[in-house]
Amino acid sequence: MKLSELDKQIVMELQSGLPLVSRPFEALARRLKITEEEFITRVHAIQQAGIMRRIGAALRHRRVGYTANAMIVWQIPEDKIDVVGEQFFHLPEITHCYQRVSLPQWPYNFYTMVHGHSREECQRIAERLAQIAGINSYRILYSVAELKKSSMKYFMD
Amino acid sequence: MDQIDRRLLNLIQAEVPLCPEPYKVLAENLGITEQEVLDRLARLMQQDIIRRLGGVFDSRKLGYKGTLCAIKVPPDRIDEVATVINDYIGITHNYLREDEYNMWFTILAQSPDKVQQILTEIKDKTGIEDIINLPSQKHFKVLVNFKVREDHKESED
Repeated sequence: MKLSELDKQIVMELQSGLPLVSRPFEALARRLKITEEEFITRVHAIQQAGIMRRIGAALRHRRVGYTANAMIVWQIPEDKIDVVGEQFFHLPEITHCYQRVSLPQWPYNFYTMVHGHSREECQRIAERLAQIAGINSYRILYSVAELKKSSMKYFMD
Repeated sequence: MDQIDRRLLNLIQAEVPLCPEPYKVLAENLGITEQEVLDRLARLMQQDIIRRLGGVFDSRKLGYKGTLCAIKVPPDRIDEVATVINDYIGITHNYLREDEYNMWFTILAQSPDKVQQILTEIKDKTGIEDIINLPSQKHFKVLVNFKVREDHKESED
């Protein structure tokens, strides 16, 4: 699906936020000088195309009890990556899991984000993951400060 | 936060229904009035528990590619370098982590050239050459919801 100019404007409205009024889509539609029905129809199409996952809330996860966040980086042989990725996919402790390029000064090629209620919990998760994957070459990078966390403003960068 | 807040957070993280009166639908689910939903959401945003309420997009389908970068920042230059890095709209996350590469940030951009341009600018502005760029090769899991414990009586907030 190719986004029209109107679709891009709809994306920009939806990323800046859903108004807290009884008919939020009507309020956004009015800004774009289209009807509420047209707005909802376009949003539905954008969602059907997989461009928008959903309309929802992003939480400050530190404020709902998840205080420790650790990135665990792994050195996994190329031919084992898919198997480990599949194993990790099913584990609820892991929120993000990526294969990335590795560099001579940074040989890790597999990245997992885990969120725990404490540092010790993250440590235990890492040990369990290592056991499941059968990989001992890993490194835990705890976050010590969140310097920025924002949502992307598409088409505005 | 009371139990209704917690249930509301879990509902609204999962999905705001795409219909003319979405808050009324959430209210019916929770057995409270639409006005109470709006009041609670306004408070949760004001308390910064909800970071954003809006569309959640698939950046790749919008033509954006993501990468993870890390830079070695001397301890006494953290704030200054963070200010330079956080200034970019496409840099949505930036964490200080315990490692020799101590500042980790993500870049979303419409092309690898644009990523390179941002990294070159950061090198020029900070004088720090040691930056690693780790584009993802495969996504195994990207989850953004955090289950809020509904059984808690009171939060620490």
